[in-house]
Amino acid sequence: MAARTLYDKLWEMHVVRQEDDGTALLYIDRQLVHEVTSPQAFEGLRLAGRQPWRREAMLAVPDHNVPTLGRRDAGVEGIADPVSREQVATLDANCAEFKIVEFKMNDVRQGIVHVVGPEQGFTLPGMTIVCGDSHTSTHGAFGALAFGIGTSEVEHVMATQTLIQKKAKNMLVRVNGHVGPGVSAKDIILAIIGKIGTAGGTGYTIEFAGEAIEALSMEGRMTLCNMAIEAGARAGLVAVDEKTIEYVRGRPFAPKGEMFERAAAAWRELRSDPGAPFDRVVELNAADIVPQVTWGTSPEMVVPVTAVVPNPDQESDPVKANGMRKALAYMGLSANQPIESIAIDKVFIGSCTNSRIEDIRAAAAVIKGRKKAASVKLAMVVPGSGLVKKQAEEEGLDKIFMEAGFEWREPGCSMCLAMNADRLEPGERCASTSNRNFEGRQGQGGRTHLVSPAMAAAAAIAGHFVDVRHF
Amino acid sequence: MQAFTQHTGIVAPLDRPNVDTDAIIPKQYLKSIHRTGFGPHAFDDWRYLEPGEPGMDHSKRKKNPDFVLNQPPFDRATILLARENFGCGSSREHAVWALDQFGFRAVIAPSFADIFFNNSFKNGLLPIVLPSETVDRLFQAVTARPGLELTIDLESKTIRGLGDEVLTFDVDDFRRYCLLHGLDDIGLTLRHADEIRAYEARRKVEAPWLF
Ligand code: SF4
Repeated sequence: MAARTLYDKLWEMHVVRQEDDGTALLYIDRQLVHEVTSPQAFEGLRLAGRQPWRREAMLAVPDHNVPTLGRRDAGVEGIADPVSREQVATLDANCAEFKIVEFKMNDVRQGIVHVVGPEQGFTLPGMTIVCGDSHTSTHGAFGALAFGIGTSEVEHVMATQTLIQKKAKNMLVRVNGHVGPGVSAKDIILAIIGKIGTAGGTGYTIEFAGEAIEALSMEGRMTLCNMAIEAGARAGLVAVDEKTIEYVRGRPFAPKGEMFERAAAAWRELRSDPGAPFDRVVELNAADIVPQVTWGTSPEMVVPVTAVVPNPDQESDPVKANGMRKALAYMGLSANQPIESIAIDKVFIGSCTNSRIEDIRAAAAVIKGRKKAASVKLAMVVPGSGLVKKQAEEEGLDKIFMEAGFEWREPGCSMCLAMNADRLEPGERCASTSNRNFEGRQGQGGRTHLVSPAMAAAAAIAGHFVDVRHF
Repeated sequence: MQAFTQHTGIVAPLDRPNVDTDAIIPKQYLKSIHRTGFGPHAFDDWRYLEPGEPGMDHSKRKKNPDFVLNQPPFDRATILLARENFGCGSSREHAVWALDQFGFRAVIAPSFADIFFNNSFKNGLLPIVLPSETVDRLFQAVTARPGLELTIDLESKTIRGLGDEVLTFDVDDFRRYCLLHGLDDIGLTLRHADEIRAYEARRKVEAPWLF
């Protein structure tokens, strides 16, 4: 048989029916559900008198709208904003009506959907996984084909357990060698996006490979695949290795005993064959990657912390130069300004990109024994799930943050997209570990700089961006 | 879903690359549990001068005179002309609902983000990919002649209105079929229910841990 990529294998494994026009009916093993993109899908089922095809293939959790302050015991009643409360209450009601497992607000397992899936072993290698959320690409870290879908497709999966899809092309991003100390998975993915652009992966599934990727922990691989969508690819992938298998072992939804060993044997095959053809190959040298900071309103507007803000006059493409000027005006920055001279107002450590235990440990390691700069109005840590929060507290990390003047919050999406009360005010500048620096993403008029957890922590202490390698 | 066969309308130029779904419909409107009511909030941050929240009387909000969709004749546009990577970012189908409910029937761009592209077809909004040079020419034509109308014909996959020139575009057969007839694809898929069950039966043997 011809050599196949990991993506080819995952795709072929899930084709129920191939159509002549190149589309296929693809079987979906798991669907994650949250409150924002599901109400209209449930309503559609109801209107058509349909039932979920396989209710146990779904797991629901509210995350986007939940407050991060106050106690969780009150559940939905604890949400002050009536519109948000109605949306979360609607998820509860829909899950009850259609008998779908839900981790409600007051459940310790509640958290950001892309943190919860892997943490519970609901995400397994070799699966197709979807969610009405573009960062579903995160789960590709497990050698699973995972991608975000719109609400009509959410309903389609609920009703049929399938999706009509067209196969994407194969891209390989190989990161050779090893990154230096202080350089994280976040810096690797930002450097990749800086190189190929936010549309560079459009129409492709990206497989990340090379020594630097193999060396990453599962948390790091999730950070990497999480932002595949920011490179334009619906899905990112990392081949399965022993780290993947050991991460999954023993998790609540994972297979047990002999069945686990049988599954693991199949999972070990989940890698691209030697010589498998890719439509595009991009290579990076890990040793060249330094901590990254975005300066604009698109994740591709990114430079090393040691660099200066780029100059639109030096951009030859007029459409791009125009976009850069708009971004500089919005961000309140000028060309050629050193990144390290940019002072910040707020710090956000959280989101499905960087809110796992390893991220929190990395930030805590920088902060330990230091204090947040007085000029920083708010520095907050929002763990990705109730279980991450509990683990961090058992390790005493919450104390490190609080002693440094940080706020230690309840889990949720929080200031990643500012649907709840956590947001930037117009003109405020934030060092954020999230994934999108779009205009208004963290609050209307807010200015977002994407960085790694260690870089965000260092910025909180210094009051401006600094190179965490020398901090 | 509303069918799309042929449409003639005014073209509005939105001259910036990477227009993301956060810009098309800001997050505060995503709290709605309904499928309608998004039209007044399309491009909310760019369209109005002061911040908007759900529940406000949007007819009273001050509009930004510099924003193209606030300028006649573009306020009556039904075809949006955009730059590369349109609809990038979040998977929110609310972005498509907002464009549709604003009155757009088609978006023309050199490239679209994949999820937005899929979502459009599910709602009768036709995303048309044209080469960058053609899109450039359309921008020039619309700027030279504001109010320019184009006629998009999905059956023949053509666009007319640029003098004698007939532009052609490509669409997958299945998607075109669904759009032309306004078909709900859940119903279509369920015609293959037996095949889905047969697949499941086979996978239960091959990979029982998935069930
Ligand atoms: S943390 Fe941010 S990016 Fe992730 S699911 Fe929540 S809102 Fe989306």
